[in-house]
Amino acid sequence: MTAELGLAALWLAAALAGLQLLAGALALTDRGAMLAGIVRPVAVVQGVLALVAFLALIAVFADTDLSVKLVAMNSHSLKPMIFKIAGAWGNHEGSMLLWVTVMGMAGGVVALIERRLPEPAMLATLAGQAFVSLGFYAFLLIASNPFERLSPVPEEGNGLNPLLQDLGLAFHPPTLYLGYVGLSVAFSFAIGALVTRQVGPAFARAMRPWVLGAWIFLTLGITAGSYWAYYELGWGGWWFWDPVENASLMPWLAATALLHSVSVLASRDALRAWTVMLGVVAFSMSMIGTFLVRSGILTSVHAFAVDPQRGSFILALLAINIGGALTLFALRAGTVSEGERFMPVSREGALVFNNVMLSAILGIVLFGTLYPLVAEAMGAKVSVGPPYFNPMGALFAVPMLVVLAVGPLLRWRRDRFSRVRRLLVIPAMLVGTGVIAMVALGGVALLPTLGFALALGLGWASVLPLKGRNLRRTPLPIWGMVVAHFGIAVSLLGMSCESAFSIEKLVAVKMGDATGVGPWQVKLDAVEPMAGPNWTALEARLLVRYGDHGKVMQLDPQSRSFWAPPQQTSESALLTRWNGQLYAVLGGEADDGRWQLRLWWKPFVPLIWLGGLLIALGGVLALFGRVASDLRRIFAREKIAYRRGRIAQLESSRE
Amino acid sequence: MKRLLPAFLLMLGPCTATPALAQQEKSTAAFAYRQLDDAAKEQEARALMETLRCLQCQGQSIADSDAPIAGSMRSLVRERIAAGEKPEAIRAWLIERYGDYVSYAPQFTRLTWPLFAIPLVLVGLAALLLRGRFRRGGGR
Repeated sequence: MTAELGLAALWLAAALAGLQLLAGALALTDRGAMLAGIVRPVAVVQGVLALVAFLALIAVFADTDLSVKLVAMNSHSLKPMIFKIAGAWGNHEGSMLLWVTVMGMAGGVVALIERRLPEPAMLATLAGQAFVSLGFYAFLLIASNPFERLSPVPEEGNGLNPLLQDLGLAFHPPTLYLGYVGLSVAFSFAIGALVTRQVGPAFARAMRPWVLGAWIFLTLGITAGSYWAYYELGWGGWWFWDPVENASLMPWLAATALLHSVSVLASRDALRAWTVMLGVVAFSMSMIGTFLVRSGILTSVHAFAVDPQRGSFILALLAINIGGALTLFALRAGTVSEGERFMPVSREGALVFNNVMLSAILGIVLFGTLYPLVAEAMGAKVSVGPPYFNPMGALFAVPMLVVLAVGPLLRWRRDRFSRVRRLLVIPAMLVGTGVIAMVALGGVALLPTLGFALALGLGWASVLPLKGRNLRRTPLPIWGMVVAHFGIAVSLLGMSCESAFSIEKLVAVKMGDATGVGPWQVKLDAVEPMAGPNWTALEARLLVRYGDHGKVMQLDPQSRSFWAPPQQTSESALLTRWNGQLYAVLGGEADDGRWQLRLWWKPFVPLIWLGGLLIALGGVLALFGRVASDLRRIFAREKIAYRRGRIAQLESSRE
Repeated sequence: MKRLLPAFLLMLGPCTATPALAQQEKSTAAFAYRQLDDAAKEQEARALMETLRCLQCQGQSIADSDAPIAGSMRSLVRERIAAGEKPEAIRAWLIERYGDYVSYAPQFTRLTWPLFAIPLVLVGLAALLLRGRFRRGGGR
């Protein structure tokens, strides 16, 4: 019953999206103007219905209704409740339903609260949002119905991949989806602005909170995903340039560029066409990411060709949305003027330079991710991995980081480099010191050396915009910028240190024996069996000590065996100090009774994710600042209107 | 291949998550889980292993994989490095045997040249874009 309710809600939501598109488009014409009034309410109801469908899916997962095919395929009655619920979106159909739900609700929120844009631009925006949603509704209802029933009803479900039975991962996909879908709102605003020729600061101000919000979620999603891969996969790597990771990185790169350019447009009325273009590109990257992950094409081009329905569907959506948007852009680009002008040495100039660098990195990642697919289609299998992405990305990332240190110190429109030269002496010296230190250590590769040195310089330079300001009265968006840029330096420092200083030790030890990794002494004290709700495990007790006089602490890495489905995973154990992390994994038992241990000492590695969190925090500060000033403006306007009313009242009563 | 589809980041993990039966057949090759005694050679081997792709799994290097074949390949790499062979020679030998797929570092060939052309194209495009922008923008 719940499943049918969900399906009905989904169909209704799809129908309303159709209505929203038609009404929104017709309302732009003279004869359909009377339809304008229904567009906003329809958008709200559509969002609510999509939410109802999603809640229905969660409900069938929560009580493990095995007559629903999706539940039978992906769930199991013995799973802990939190993973039953998370299982609702841990699969293809559920995650696509999550996508349309978030998209519908975002459209509803836009319809409810956004009043700054001229009404025609708003109608076009909501129609655009409905157009994109409609494609995804069709995809769900035709090619991936999450509520499909199963007969006969199986006795037990298939279970969920144990790797996914992890809190971090339960909330990782929704976070990324919130980011992807936030970019769909930015896309719709861009379409609305293009259709009605309203590309200007008002459009940028309406779009900015959505871009910021989406970017925060993408940042958090990537950070969480990277940390998950780090501790869950058990080999100490934190970024693999895997296509699935790239699928989340590409929208982030585009959103980062968009975020900066939309700010320039909002406050300086420059970069009009460029901002609209980035709005289109950012959402296109979200769709390409979804296509890559959801179509199965990454497994193999041939697997895709054997069961092409889903992949072709997304590919068609991709072609229609991106192609349509680019065509519209080409038609209207001539009428969108560039806006305000500026000199190369200026805040805008630095922003444009870094926007171009970000786009170039995006180009490298996109090409490197797609090329193996192209090559496979031509009959050859090639792999593109870290040895390609690292240096090619650095080619653009290094100049970008240099400009990132200088840019925020420059004035808008026109500046002289000599004005900021004195401020940059210390960062430049830090970079020099960093390089010398790494070279003196010896054996450190070029990229970690550069990364380390630049991180030091950027860390210092990133807080310079606060110099000479009254810290209490510094606007929140400035704090946001400083914190986010500092976060980049922190993260970069973590990456460089991990890459330059990690120490690995693979050993087989007897019970009671000790070994060492870096500054740590590690003793294998015991290996004991354990049982969890749906797994059994062997758990090692490691007694570890930092240096000769450190306190003895305990680490318990596990080797787990799940039984539904039957799989083994290694649960690494981590010990974090201020200067790094000790990482321990229990391997198998050797013939002679010794146990395999994998140990790493990774100096400063947590900075990678701490930096990621700082970057997101910077976004949150900026978002708060913007929303607060928007609200203040609205209140002020209402107050003025109220006072005018009172004055008019008094005057009329006096007469 | 169904196990590859269900979730977002799953592609990262198929090798550590192979079914229990396959998992128990961990590689027994001598240097699959043992480091070389010579730290410099181990580092050299490690760097090479990180750029070789596990043939069984989707997106992991042989340095990050529990698959038996990855273990055998690690052992092979360590033994050959210990015997004094150069990393690039070992890579070439592996490519000859398993195809380009095994190396994460694409080689420059008739098929892969666009990978190396694209950064140049991007540098050119970036320069063009910036020049156009600033020339027009700087006019005033």
